Amino acid sequence: MEFVLYIVAGLLGGVLGGMGMGGGTVLIPLLNIFYGVGQHTAQAVNLVSFIPMAIVALIFHLKNKLVEFDKILLIAVPGIFACILGCYIARAITGDLLRRCFGGFLILLSAFQLVLQFKNAE
Amino acid sequence: MHYVFKIYLKSLTLNILSCVKKVKINKKKVNSKKNNVFAVITGAVAGLVNGVFGGGGGMIVVPMLTLLMKREQKKAHATAILIILPLSITSGLFYLAFGNFNLNVGLPVGIGVIVGGIIGALALSKLSSKWVSIIFCVIMALAGFKMLVF
Repeated sequence: MEFVLYIVAGLLGGVLGGMGMGGGTVLIPLLNIFYGVGQHTAQAVNLVSFIPMAIVALIFHLKNKLVEFDKILLIAVPGIFACILGCYIARAITGDLLRRCFGGFLILLSAFQLVLQFKNAE
Repeated sequence: MHYVFKIYLKSLTLNILSCVKKVKINKKKVNSKKNNVFAVITGAVAGLVNGVFGGGGGMIVVPMLTLLMKREQKKAHATAILIILPLSITSGLFYLAFGNFNLNVGLPVGIGVIVGGIIGALALSKLSSKWVSIIFCVIMALAGFKMLVF
């Protein structure tokens, strides 16, 4: 039964992710709030489950020639160093603090998205 | 005398023109340098967010690509995946190594994400309106509030 419920959570996150609205920002709070999954575990599950979907989406976009390679290394290389640093920061803090930080991050992100939405509408 | 003056005027305009050209080229160089800085900032911020929060990098990379680096929206979405993929693989490996991954959760969720992702990609053109995004933002903010306070 639990297995099925987890599939439902993945489905919800996957649908919104596939629509380009950020799957992780749905899946992580969903797992944490309604399933009681620890913050670190929810984040790990999100990262790993994103990989196969991203590969499929990337092949699709490459075929449609939508991917721009200009300056890609200048973005990706500092990105990889920064994400290693980020992983160590996440490991250093407790699940409770990490969850609160994530909550703050979600609020900032949604406020920013709202501003963008209304700006685009003008 | 008149003729000499004409030549002088001609060379002067040419000089000014070449100067303008030089300024333009310099501006291009400055812009490209600026874009390099933006590229590094985009990568560093996306990476840090990806590592600390285990997701959400795409919501940072897409606006940074469109607003800072003036990329097209559709292409920015596609390019963002190419940027996030190596970040998620790296972060995923570190989370695995730190013992945070749980297969009992990860396997069913992973199956759901793949199936849902296909459904979402197919529904994209039909459902994505401004109001869907706005409702989504409000729900996201409420979830964030709950996680922050309780």
